[in-house]
Amino acid sequence: MSGYLQQLLAGIVVTIEVGTVSLLIAFVLGLVGAAAKLSSNRWFAMAGSAYTTLIRAVPDLVLMLLMYYSVQNCVNAITDFLGQPQIDIDPFLAGVSVLGFIYGAYFTETIRGAVKAVPRGQLEAAAAFGLTRWQSFSRILFPQMMRFALPGISNNWQVILKATALVSIINLHEVIYAAQAAIKGSSWPGGAQVLFYLSAAALLYLVLTTLSNFVFSYLEKRYAAGFERMAR
Amino acid sequence: MAEASAHDVTSIQVRVMNKLAVENIHKRYGETEVLKGVSLAARPGDVISILGSSGSGKSTFLRCINLLEQPNQGVIWLDDQEIKLRPGKHGMLRAENQKALQQLRTKVSMVFQSFNLWSHLNVLQNIIEAPVHVKKVPKPEAITKARANLAKVGLNTDVEKKYPAQLSGGQQQRVAIARALTMDPEVMLFDEPTSALDPELVGEVLKVIQALATEGRTMIIVTHEINFARHVSNRVVFLSEGKIEEEGPPDEVLARPKSERLIQFLSGTRWHKDT
Amino acid sequence: MIDLIKQYWQPFLWGSPNHISGLAMTLWLTVASCVMGFALALPLSVGRAAGPLWVRWPIWLFTFVFRGTPLYIQLLIIYSAIYGLDFVRNTPGLGAFFKDALNCTILAFTVNTCAYTTELLTGAVKATPRGEVEAARSLGLAGISLYLRIILPSALRRALPAYSNEVILMLHATSLAFTATVPDILKVARDAYADFYLPFPAFGIAAILYACLSLTFISLFRKAEQKWLRHLPTT
Repeated sequence: MSGYLQQLLAGIVVTIEVGTVSLLIAFVLGLVGAAAKLSSNRWFAMAGSAYTTLIRAVPDLVLMLLMYYSVQNCVNAITDFLGQPQIDIDPFLAGVSVLGFIYGAYFTETIRGAVKAVPRGQLEAAAAFGLTRWQSFSRILFPQMMRFALPGISNNWQVILKATALVSIINLHEVIYAAQAAIKGSSWPGGAQVLFYLSAAALLYLVLTTLSNFVFSYLEKRYAAGFERMAR
Repeated sequence: MAEASAHDVTSIQVRVMNKLAVENIHKRYGETEVLKGVSLAARPGDVISILGSSGSGKSTFLRCINLLEQPNQGVIWLDDQEIKLRPGKHGMLRAENQKALQQLRTKVSMVFQSFNLWSHLNVLQNIIEAPVHVKKVPKPEAITKARANLAKVGLNTDVEKKYPAQLSGGQQQRVAIARALTMDPEVMLFDEPTSALDPELVGEVLKVIQALATEGRTMIIVTHEINFARHVSNRVVFLSEGKIEEEGPPDEVLARPKSERLIQFLSGTRWHKDT
Repeated sequence: MIDLIKQYWQPFLWGSPNHISGLAMTLWLTVASCVMGFALALPLSVGRAAGPLWVRWPIWLFTFVFRGTPLYIQLLIIYSAIYGLDFVRNTPGLGAFFKDALNCTILAFTVNTCAYTTELLTGAVKATPRGEVEAARSLGLAGISLYLRIILPSALRRALPAYSNEVILMLHATSLAFTATVPDILKVARDAYADFYLPFPAFGIAAILYACLSLTFISLFRKAEQKWLRHLPTT
């Protein structure tokens, strides 16, 4: 049994890895998407809108399978054409790309809302004092935007974390996959071992989400420094 | 040949004497023309108050000077140098490049009606942000200047580490003035500096502005405080519906208004001739 | 691809009278679990917001566990683990219930949406403006009356935007049903893929069907918001 518990813990590590990398990809895509939606260029704005509307209208599992199998098919077609042996797409890569792409749409909305919440006067002052566009963004807009974006980011992170469970369906060796392997190989009587291993997996996820809550609570307090103290 | 008048800013002699000269500014928002050819010349040490009712275009005009608003037409001269403008989107004028725009804005500082202090930075960081990152002043030097200017606006070093949200409106505006001062500007622009303040806090800010005026700084102030305008400025401009109605020394313009609109404007306020 | 559509269009949309599948099944899963979950969440949220500690705490634990773990695991536990237990299999009523895949699936979805909805409604109840409650109390309203006539109507309206979000998410979540062999849209898509090896049409059609459902739900909720949230000031 200890072998299987080890597998479960290894699965947790994979879960965290997938979650973090997906989060980063999604955040970057969110910045791009928000910039597009807020841009004065009509085409960019429409592209951004299409991205967020379409992606959020389809279940992530469907998108995951669609992208995974389509890309796998394409790669197979190419290798067949070139007469090469089949390349299997690394499930980790597939998982983070799909999750990152999907949740980029959710981050676009989070970041867009956060940017709009920053008072215009802050950026006006930045311009009036000669800050370049990049300086205005990185030194004035971004720090203030993060303060507004943190609750949304925390939310999205929780969702991504739980969505990594789905990646086990495309064979990524994270927690659920490990639990299912343990069940197959176990010799316990009755259905108890199924319940045990799955509950263990559930508990591990619960620990992750609770820890994340604490971390984000702390971050939100830090970023709010200086704002809340004066009662107005 | 037409006689050179005080308004004729294109005359070379007059131009050389000016710290700032702005000529024939037009500004349109869609169909509405908000500024219909406004010109202003400020000699070194001039303190010019711009008065007018809401919608007269006075804030818009001020913001055209440092190109926060893009005029549709006009010329800007700072210290003898023409700020080259070229047409951009929708026919509005912009600076010829980023560098020139930056240069203009380091020399022309602005104090806003709603202070616009950067809320995630404390007082000291607010003041040194632009000098360090735009003018590339070394940080220690910027800090020394900042402290001196804080003292000048009547705030002591206790407020340095505080955040804007922890200060009163009057204190925030004074920090904003210190922030503008630390850029060592050639010209200072004030956009209704006391309009957003509770009445009892207005006085402390006006005192600071008055002190700056007596130092000989070139200042252009858009304000509602007519008494203050009379005391502090050496020239008053009355703007109405996008054009200059009257212009001249405060005693002349305010005590003996000539145009119908100015008379109406003054009578609608609690302005006392004898104060 | 045309063959795929010809062969699978019916299963995708509604299947056959004995064997509902596809869009019809997905809709059934969504509506059934949301309605039951919501009905359960109403009393639970009142208990959580206003009840004594021994009521509040278990409800909090319930929402904490079911919102902190993936729905997939919850489904697996209810579908595979519980039926595997000897005492469940041997009890007549329980055994029959958990044997059926559809029952297990709807149960899992219902419990999950109930947890999220409870949290949502609790938040809405707690956000009732104090003035409204004080006014009601000063007029003599108390206990159940107070809740039924003043607090809940106000809270339900306030919760509408967040709840519409939850329903859409539930719609998406039903795509997990295929792992419990329930023939929803995604299961039909997988069958079509296994048959033809054309991922783009198979999963693409599924995506389009879900998108249509989502957009329909969104517009329905928007109309509901316009009708019921008219009294709120526009930001």
